[in-house]
Amino acid sequence: MKWSAVPYIAVNALRRNTMRTILTALGIIIGVAAVITMVGLGQGASAEVEEQVNRLGQNVILVFPGERSLGGVSIGGGSANTLTVEDAIALREEIPEVIAASPEVRSQRVVVHGNQNWHTRIYGQSADYLQIRQWPIESGRMFTEEELERASLVAVVGRTIVDELFDGADPIGETVRVRGLPLEIVGVLSPKGMSLMGSVQDDIIIVPYTTAFQRVSGRSHAMVINIQVYNDQSMNVARQKIEDLLRERHRLAPYQDNDFTIQTQEEVAQAATETSRVMTWLLASIAGISLFVGGIGIMNVMLVSVTERTREVGLRLSVGARGKDVLLQFLIESTILCLLGGIGGILLGIGATEVIANYAGWPALFSTEAMIVAVTVSAAVGLFFGFYPAWKASRLDPIVALRRE
Amino acid sequence: MKIVDLKDIRRIYRTESISVDALKGITLQIEEGEFVAIMGPSGSGKSTLMNILGCLDRPTSGRFLLNGEDVSAFSKDKLAKLRNRTLGFVFQSFHLLPRTSAIENVELPLLYHEEGLTWKEIHNRAKKALEVVGLADRLDHTPNELSGGQRQRVAIARALVTEPALLLADEPTGNLDSKTSLEIIDMLQKLNKKGETIIMVTHEHDIAHFANRIITLHDGLVKSDRAIEAKNASDALRNRVDEDELEQIEGVLS
Repeated sequence: MKWSAVPYIAVNALRRNTMRTILTALGIIIGVAAVITMVGLGQGASAEVEEQVNRLGQNVILVFPGERSLGGVSIGGGSANTLTVEDAIALREEIPEVIAASPEVRSQRVVVHGNQNWHTRIYGQSADYLQIRQWPIESGRMFTEEELERASLVAVVGRTIVDELFDGADPIGETVRVRGLPLEIVGVLSPKGMSLMGSVQDDIIIVPYTTAFQRVSGRSHAMVINIQVYNDQSMNVARQKIEDLLRERHRLAPYQDNDFTIQTQEEVAQAATETSRVMTWLLASIAGISLFVGGIGIMNVMLVSVTERTREVGLRLSVGARGKDVLLQFLIESTILCLLGGIGGILLGIGATEVIANYAGWPALFSTEAMIVAVTVSAAVGLFFGFYPAWKASRLDPIVALRRE
Repeated sequence: MKIVDLKDIRRIYRTESISVDALKGITLQIEEGEFVAIMGPSGSGKSTLMNILGCLDRPTSGRFLLNGEDVSAFSKDKLAKLRNRTLGFVFQSFHLLPRTSAIENVELPLLYHEEGLTWKEIHNRAKKALEVVGLADRLDHTPNELSGGQRQRVAIARALVTEPALLLADEPTGNLDSKTSLEIIDMLQKLNKKGETIIMVTHEHDIAHFANRIITLHDGLVKSDRAIEAKNASDALRNRVDEDELEQIEGVLS
């Protein structure tokens, strides 16, 4: 027998039932498209998260007040008032690995310029905060140490503020008012984009923390202390030293738990990537289920088709087909169905990812692996779900099969 | 030369509760070039005998020489090969693949053929077989575009395309009207004259009398086995035409 005979027979059988072939393949098309789309969007989201974590700064350690569960990535700050400005100063001065430490205090305020007003976040930070965040100044300058000590009414603003209050015009030297307090703008920050939490980071006004504590927020304790460590290798040492120093300063007995939480940039990154990884897996499993359902659809159609084509099988057996020829024919049919579905699914998946990515403004990544996996899986699904019906067909008794009406 | 040599063939169907002796010891020989009709009431075992002759079923006991080979103990795969090489089947309900052209239907047995035929050879042989049955102008028609008689002729072409030593026809005229039946029988007779050995199962006496030999089965045994002077189907067809004309004339008269 020619090797190409059975594939030829299988292709002809599919061709004779074009509509059934298309409908059957549709299950796999949708399954594969779902896998490709979900994985593409998931990986895009992961890449975005990674990008955002890098924007966090370099060699950053964050200290939060209060006992917080590790792994919770909330940067919203605890309600406990355990971190002081003095803590931040002590950390910078007493730990050699710490090269910058900024006690942070945030408040939401309405800012007025002329007849424009804008609701924004006002951050109190130290003069080296921008260095910690690796956040360059676009024009003007950051406030100085002297201005910090004098609690001067100076501010550095983000791009959003420039756009909303000054219609994009150069705001340096201008004054904005916060609760009647005039703040002179000395610098404009370069645009930074979205944060990990999805807020616009450029919608910000940074003032010296002294000014913030005394005149804007009315708080007396830091919500976070942003710390920059000398280099990557000293992160763990620094982390330990920060913990020891803060315990000592807070006079915690050995049996007491920390009244603060330390998170390194890496931990934040891990938590964030973990979240997006879980999302990717979740999406991929949903997609996988639909691929599975598509496979069952194929098995269903092949089973029905074996019953429906009993006479055909009987005839093939009577003209000299062996059981294994019939088995192979049905296996090839279902594998072709799945491969067609796989290719169709890839095309549909790429299209769908593009559309969703454009519409939702997410980045989309196409991974060749996902496509190879999807096609391999769909071929395997074809073989797996095609096997039982094919085996059933090959075991038919030709006498019974021929007599079936 | 003997094409078929059966010796004491028995076939017992066993289920859990009952066992049925469908064939109780059949012994017969069929020579090359014979046209044999097998008759008998339903339940006489003629279908079982046909299945065994067609190598679709194996006897419970006895010896079956087909074309000189003892096939009683052949494996399933070897039987499949034998069906492809040595046998041709014609069925009552044609068994053509739907939505498939006549020529592709006829090509089918050659696709499962052992010899390495090229696609061109397969196509040419199928075309030739369709020419033999007079359907050279219907190569690309699908079964539902063909009449009953034409379908059965496609099926005959399919049976002949492997040049089998034995043609098995199971009620070949059962689904056809009397005129078309005669046409099919005429075709079988002509093939037989060219040397094809044919075994035909039928329950119609008229049809059986076109064969050279009638074997009647009863209750799993051979009841009678006699050579006869075959009626000529071509003549019958001509007379048939006269009858048709007569009917028309009568119709006009009344």
